[in-house]
Amino acid sequence: MAQHMSILGASPIRKEGRAKVLGAAKYIDDLSLPGMWHGVTVRSSIARGRIRSITFDPSIDWSQYTIVRAADIPGENTIVHLTKDHPCLAAEAINHPFEPILLLAHPDKAALLAAVAAIHIDYDELPGVFTIEESEAAVTSGSTEKIIWPGSDAGGTANCFKQYLMYTGDAEETEAGLAAAFAQADFIVEGEYSTGAQEQLYIEPNGVIAECFRDTDGNIESVCVRGSMQCPYYLVHALTLVFNLPQEKCRVIQVETGGAFGGKEDFPSVIGSHAALLAMKSGHPVKIIYDRAEDMAATTKRHPSRIRHRTAVSKDGKLLAGEIEVAIDGGAYATLSPVVLSRATIHAPGPYKWPHLRVRAKAMATNVPPHGAFRGFGAPQSLFGLERHMDKIAHTIGLTPEELRRRNFLATGDKTATGQPLIEHVDMQHLLTRGLAESNYHAKLARFAEENKTSPIKRGVGFATFMHGTGFTGSGERRLDSLVHLDITPQGRPNILVSSTEFGQGTNTILCQVAAETLQLPYEDILIERPDTSIVPNSGPTVASRTAMIVGKLVERASLQILDTLRKSEGLPTPHTREDFITAAHCYHLKHGALRASVRYEPPAPIFWDDEKYRGDAYPGYAWAVYVAEVAVDTRTYMATCTRFDALQEVGRVMHPVLAKGQIEGGVAQGIGYALYEKCVWQNGRMMNNQMTNYIMPTSADLPDIHVHFEEVPSIHGPGGAKGIGELPMDGPAPAILNAIENALGIAFNTIPLLPEDIFERLTSINGGTEDLDSTIDLDTQTEVPA
Amino acid sequence: MTQIQLTINEKSQTLTVPPTKRLLDVLREDLALTGTKEGCGEGECGACAVLLDSGQGPELVNSCLIPALQANNTAITTIEGLAVTQSAEASDDPLIPNTYSLTTALHPIQKCFLEKGGAQCGICTPGMILATHHLLDNYPNPTMAQIQEGLAGNLCRCTGYMRIFESVQQAAKLHTQNS
Repeated sequence: MAQHMSILGASPIRKEGRAKVLGAAKYIDDLSLPGMWHGVTVRSSIARGRIRSITFDPSIDWSQYTIVRAADIPGENTIVHLTKDHPCLAAEAINHPFEPILLLAHPDKAALLAAVAAIHIDYDELPGVFTIEESEAAVTSGSTEKIIWPGSDAGGTANCFKQYLMYTGDAEETEAGLAAAFAQADFIVEGEYSTGAQEQLYIEPNGVIAECFRDTDGNIESVCVRGSMQCPYYLVHALTLVFNLPQEKCRVIQVETGGAFGGKEDFPSVIGSHAALLAMKSGHPVKIIYDRAEDMAATTKRHPSRIRHRTAVSKDGKLLAGEIEVAIDGGAYATLSPVVLSRATIHAPGPYKWPHLRVRAKAMATNVPPHGAFRGFGAPQSLFGLERHMDKIAHTIGLTPEELRRRNFLATGDKTATGQPLIEHVDMQHLLTRGLAESNYHAKLARFAEENKTSPIKRGVGFATFMHGTGFTGSGERRLDSLVHLDITPQGRPNILVSSTEFGQGTNTILCQVAAETLQLPYEDILIERPDTSIVPNSGPTVASRTAMIVGKLVERASLQILDTLRKSEGLPTPHTREDFITAAHCYHLKHGALRASVRYEPPAPIFWDDEKYRGDAYPGYAWAVYVAEVAVDTRTYMATCTRFDALQEVGRVMHPVLAKGQIEGGVAQGIGYALYEKCVWQNGRMMNNQMTNYIMPTSADLPDIHVHFEEVPSIHGPGGAKGIGELPMDGPAPAILNAIENALGIAFNTIPLLPEDIFERLTSINGGTEDLDSTIDLDTQTEVPA
Repeated sequence: MTQIQLTINEKSQTLTVPPTKRLLDVLREDLALTGTKEGCGEGECGACAVLLDSGQGPELVNSCLIPALQANNTAITTIEGLAVTQSAEASDDPLIPNTYSLTTALHPIQKCFLEKGGAQCGICTPGMILATHHLLDNYPNPTMAQIQEGLAGNLCRCTGYMRIFESVQQAAKLHTQNS
């Protein structure tokens, strides 16, 4: 009998890869339906106010257009996420620039532009708040004029969508412990760190095609939306409210999706509902595809943040106590901000032991388009603050960044800040040793210090040590209650039915690997159904690094259930060949009909989370990492460049080395962009550089060699020992790079993105505030050197 | 409307189109060649890149920036023109062909992108493969700097480019072995 070769850990060809390299994969804009019209959104030109009047220029024959306004919505005027504050279309109040007010459809796409220009909307403008600080100031000043979020019934407090208060133990005891520790500490180190908004910049903009079906009496019977998205069932939920239809009458089909990164988690609920409303009113299928400028200006981005640390430290480098304040800018509506904030809060303490810790976190309302999901989901913000702060502590107390971390790492058996015992193997000491060795850190540290004395190009190395929780936070997975079906066709081919979507990260491939491995069948035999909610069950959203570990485990359990059924019912031998399996499946079908295994999420026994106290097992598992960045800062051009990057992580068993490397490299590239290139320029809540021309993401010529290293320690939770991997690489690059820049220049920068103009400003202000372009600055003496 | 003459993927085509219609739209709408993608519409991302030969050899161009009239009397290669044959199995939903079971002989560059993980979400892939084709035409054994420079007009948000570089290097190796 042939020994089954393990397919987990091999790198089979991506399931949908052939179609992609051939250019044959069909994305939403490649599809068309008979009689299809095109839709467009008419948006607010102001940030805050009330609509006074809308006038339609008579030069346009409006009878050729379908026009949808808030009053046309058959159900609730809301895009539901966690609350219902977010209107589908603004009826009267405007809360951010580019807020949708009207929808237009026409058979000819080219006829839409002139029509949008021929609609004049007058407003009564109100003053807006555009930053975390302005939003806070509105509350503290006591003036109601700039209270843009009421709080109370709507959730949260004035101008604040959500707050968390997290303690390492009982609140009173921790407060007493904090007070005592700060009183006795050898050092108290304070720091403030801030991060900017970041655009997901998937290369395929948001797009959908919607249909609306009516019964013979003309009543709306059902709607169907196809589109580029991560979470088909999120859109189903949104449609049930907008159309007041039951779930089974709202069908959503994910088509090939050209990148997402969180940007297509919550937003498709908006564009999908809009297109469906136009389809309803026009009686035609309607396609809406955003152009790049609209996508960048009007859709979600990563939450800007401000992280404050106050830390009590002993002279031997022990963290005694910490106070962390996390504030994120949620934009105009709550959308996903409470859960982004939750992940930011839980990741704020990092991979360290804190005897006494308090984390206060809040998501503030501002009059900018709502910020939303983006890979990392709050963790990159709080880990940037923490890992910059750890270097600051080290420099303050006279330890190396390495030694400070070594004295405070969590290890197997320790409890995290939420009180979660680390049952599984954790060895940050070893990871750090290996990460620094792989990157040749110590040798570089010495060499660069020497070379920098004479070179105008200052080089440095820095690192970040961190972790990322896999799956939904806290009781999230329990609430999701994910369901997976596995069908076996009469021909003996397994077909995986999940709503988990492929958008480049490899869902199709790894889930098929799990089924192949468990069923002991060739990978090529495994099919995976396109996510169509009329066919696939809700296996949860494709977010939060949860697909491999959580959904993969369900696929593994479903596969075992199939084997069990075929063994009991058809005498499938153990082990079996492919032919045995096909024969058994065929016989089963003849005798009993369809063969399906359905498996629901079961929380691992020891996992418990207390939402009230915000304590317990925050995540079923964590990935652990050490990222090392090498940089060069040219003191003549003020340009900082990352010149080499080493990413070492422990992500459980690596299921598909090629895909896994690709995930890490792609995330690191986005992290380098986050740190050094990608700046959203805001003016009164509007993104002013909403083009690829002036919002700069890294090109192939901008990135260093990215070296990816895995430490494989199989986890007890995921299929074959896997853990989540998708978001982790977004967390480490920014702090590692800014730590390296401090190493190079001896100057601490605590805000990202860090562009040449920011470096210019600091270097020249240190030098007296004037810049002589004919000279360079000697950073060691802080004097100008004539060119 | 203007009549234009094009050779698309070695097939001669005569089309009547508005003279300023973007070549990208001519390909996608008039010729149903949807492998050429639109990412930004302003020549920054390279998702719409095609090879255009106006008599002096193929150039890599962004088809969103080329008016139809400018493409008159040129020979154009799109992603659909690289593989030898192409046929998709029928699927139940005519809108969504079952693209997983395509039976096609891949061009060596396509094969390398497939095997080395050069395609993730796939939206930049057609442009990236054509850029690679152009690069290897000019530099059969490209250095890393030449690869980085040659692909700098094609943005990829998924891969961080490392798997793409490996795909290109592998394709160059195959190219050299075969010639």
